[in-house]
Amino acid sequence: MPTTPIDPKDVQGLVRFGHGRLTEACYLLLRIRDRAAARAWCAVAPVTTAEVQKPLPEVALQVAFTAAGLRELGVSPTILAGFSAEFQSGIAGDENRSRRLGDIGKSAPANWDWGWRGKEPHAVVMLFALPGLLAGWRAKVESPVFHAAFETLACLPTSDLKNHEPFGFRDGVSQPEIDWPRQRTAAGNEVTYTNIVSVGEFLLGYPNEYGKYTDRPLLNPASEGADELLPAEDDAGKMDLGRNGTYLVMRQLEQDVRGFWKFLDGAAKSDAPERLRLAQAMVGRTTEGQPLVPLSETPIPGIDDSPQDPANNFTYDGDPNGTSCPFGAHVRRANPRNVDLPGQPRCWFTRLRRMLAFVPKAFRYDVTASTRFHRILRRGREYGPLLTIADAVSPAPAGDPKRGLQFLCLNANITRQFEFVQNAWLMSTKFNALSEESDPLLGNRAPVGDCPYTGNFSLPREAAPRQVLTGLPQFIAVRGGAYFFLPSLRALRYFSKAATQSR
Amino acid sequence: MTSQSNSMVAGRIDRQAVAGLQALLSTMNVAPGRVNAANSLVPFEKLENIHFARFVILDDQTYNDLQLFGLHRDYPLYLAFLCDFDGDLEEFFNDLVRYAGPGLRRLFSFCEDFTESTDLLQWMRDHNRTAATSYVNWRGRTVKQIHEEAKLRQAIDAYLEANDSTFASQPAELTRLQLRQFVDREIAAERLTLTPPPPTPLSAKIANALHPIGVVILILLVGVPVLLLVIFRIRSEEKSAPVYAPPPTPEHVRDLAILEDYESTNQFSVIGSLQPGLARRWVVSFVLWVVQFTALHIYNQGWLARVRTIHFARWVFLDDKQRIYFASNYDGSLDSYMDDFINKVGFGLNLVFSNSIGYPATRWLLLDGASDEQKFKYVLRRHQLPTQVWYNAHPGITAIELERNGLIRQGLEAATLSEEAAREWVRLL
Repeated sequence: MPTTPIDPKDVQGLVRFGHGRLTEACYLLLRIRDRAAARAWCAVAPVTTAEVQKPLPEVALQVAFTAAGLRELGVSPTILAGFSAEFQSGIAGDENRSRRLGDIGKSAPANWDWGWRGKEPHAVVMLFALPGLLAGWRAKVESPVFHAAFETLACLPTSDLKNHEPFGFRDGVSQPEIDWPRQRTAAGNEVTYTNIVSVGEFLLGYPNEYGKYTDRPLLNPASEGADELLPAEDDAGKMDLGRNGTYLVMRQLEQDVRGFWKFLDGAAKSDAPERLRLAQAMVGRTTEGQPLVPLSETPIPGIDDSPQDPANNFTYDGDPNGTSCPFGAHVRRANPRNVDLPGQPRCWFTRLRRMLAFVPKAFRYDVTASTRFHRILRRGREYGPLLTIADAVSPAPAGDPKRGLQFLCLNANITRQFEFVQNAWLMSTKFNALSEESDPLLGNRAPVGDCPYTGNFSLPREAAPRQVLTGLPQFIAVRGGAYFFLPSLRALRYFSKAATQSR
Repeated sequence: MTSQSNSMVAGRIDRQAVAGLQALLSTMNVAPGRVNAANSLVPFEKLENIHFARFVILDDQTYNDLQLFGLHRDYPLYLAFLCDFDGDLEEFFNDLVRYAGPGLRRLFSFCEDFTESTDLLQWMRDHNRTAATSYVNWRGRTVKQIHEEAKLRQAIDAYLEANDSTFASQPAELTRLQLRQFVDREIAAERLTLTPPPPTPLSAKIANALHPIGVVILILLVGVPVLLLVIFRIRSEEKSAPVYAPPPTPEHVRDLAILEDYESTNQFSVIGSLQPGLARRWVVSFVLWVVQFTALHIYNQGWLARVRTIHFARWVFLDDKQRIYFASNYDGSLDSYMDDFINKVGFGLNLVFSNSIGYPATRWLLLDGASDEQKFKYVLRRHQLPTQVWYNAHPGITAIELERNGLIRQGLEAATLSEEAAREWVRLL
């Protein structure tokens, strides 16, 4: 198989960089007003690429389209049908999806501010800038052709909370390390945890963790505009519209910061250290991001093991009873850091025994799916002003501003990556053999079957029954969301030209 | 021990009858995918021995694939009624006639050979399809036991919550003994019941002991020739067997998804055509027989190899082994179920399903196949059938939770435990 290098000039910068230096950002949710103008804008859009720039950029722009947006641009139905089913259907397009994502009740699409019915965006333009430069950058981007092309549905603001999310915890500490040099060959039944993930998990057109190419639209080279694109590695004679592009999941999560700390204050009977301990147990890290479990003694591929703040070189192997970091803690759910085949078998015979489960088994042995097939690249930012814990437990002033997270993540297979993590690990009340509790931060606390309450959070103890917090309210509500395709630079040029169907 | 049995009553129906039948079946639901357990046709809640039940119209949406493989087969359409229950079949059928006789008559009257004068009980006996392989998550665990143990855990939970400060800092064994006293009081007050399991008859014990010996001899006798067949025949077929794995249509996915994810357990019904030739037929029969053996004697307490999320599953041959139907009841969403299939027991899935047309290419029957993740998922989803009515006697309780509830009871009933073992036990609570 040819392993041609990845051309960073063809990849949008957001895949490689979080633009952390550019602390000002906003997300323009757009509807296409005029197809010709929108295509013209695609041809000239100042999109930031994944190439390292010198000097470092002062501003950045990324752009992505929903399925409705691509339709509006004139992309033909046959080409659209080559994108993944969940992208075509959209995040809010199906009640089963909403059930799986936990978007019910208060978080149901019908209650969203955007992303539903007439408020479904066609595109998102993400703007980033150094402090003080965002307004100017936005004015420059919103050129006459931009105005002719798009109507702005909403401008989602962000705020710089110094790498902390609104509840007050360090955010975005752990990210997968993408195998940009294409050196990883994923094998079946891996027994060692690695943070290095095949590039095909985050970019279309490359082998994923199964060693396969994720489905995406492949075009006949003779079709109009296809000469703009790179050929498909796995299908000689086809041009790859997906290559160097990926899917972007966007969800606006409103956080009830006061509700969170008031609940904990009640549970801790206003004892401040206990309140903090419970909060950290729910998150699975300290407020400054330190893990609650000891660091790994052996190096983990893809994680810097030099002394770091906060540290990331750990797994949960040394905490089998969840007494250091509860099983249900947010970070332990979102990234269980486990392997395909547990128990580190060394020879073929012990591997076979593990595969056939001919081993003595503790109750929680092997209950969680292998992490490497379910990684996401998080690129979200906070919104709303900072609130200290002390302020959070005091009464809210009139006109208390909204706070939350503009959650963004990138992945090549939305169903297997984002949706799986959200459904099986975060919203599930059965994750890791637990009961009656979903993610302590994100859970919607909806009843499941005959089990009427799901608002628990449990802290296991070594020699006693677990400590249980009951009656957790819903701390976050989904305010909007969409699935986007984040095209390569070439695909963007293709959209500007090839979409020839008339209205 | 009360053993678990299953039934699959399948009657042929005419295509003209499908719409009317679907309309009648939908009256058993409060909404698509959500059964009314007290429905007037088959009031499942009165049938206390049922774990799971379903009505499914076996209408293969992928019938036209056969042409791509140059096969000409004429399959009938069936209405199938599947149950997994405690006790023996004859007694269960009698219960069905007693509690659901008129309703079942109305449903089965859509079948071609069911008339007003048909004897329902005899007709069900005659139309029952024995499974080639059936898997039971935990052999001997009855519905009654499941409900009793779930109540036990709830009672202990509430008691722990009310007395947390006592239990937080004392030896685990003391906690266990105190909990036992509490449970004894609850039982004496008739707020809890823990029925002891009925003894296993000596004849069953002997049969259970002899069966493995006989089967091992047979596996050697039959297995060696089959192995040779696989090596020389199947391997050459594998290289040329076409794969047909387009994505399922959005309409098909919608019809299936509307039935899924209302609680923590889901149903799965899938149908496929076997590849032609005696070699495939023998291989799949043999493999299913081996799986049945392991399900009886090895994977009979919570684990199917590494998978712990399947409550009941079975494979049933149809139409002179030209087709095979697979039905299961599993925990989680379909994506996590298929994830388990691919990452934990791909080899097992390959052994059976790769003998069907269209399946992703395998090597030596065991390798590749399911690890072609997207194609595998497409094939399964395309071959999946909507299950019109599905009943679960314990919605919202996963197989792992059932195991835990059983372990809680087991630990509680132990005379003494070392402090180490008692700690392990209290951590289950």
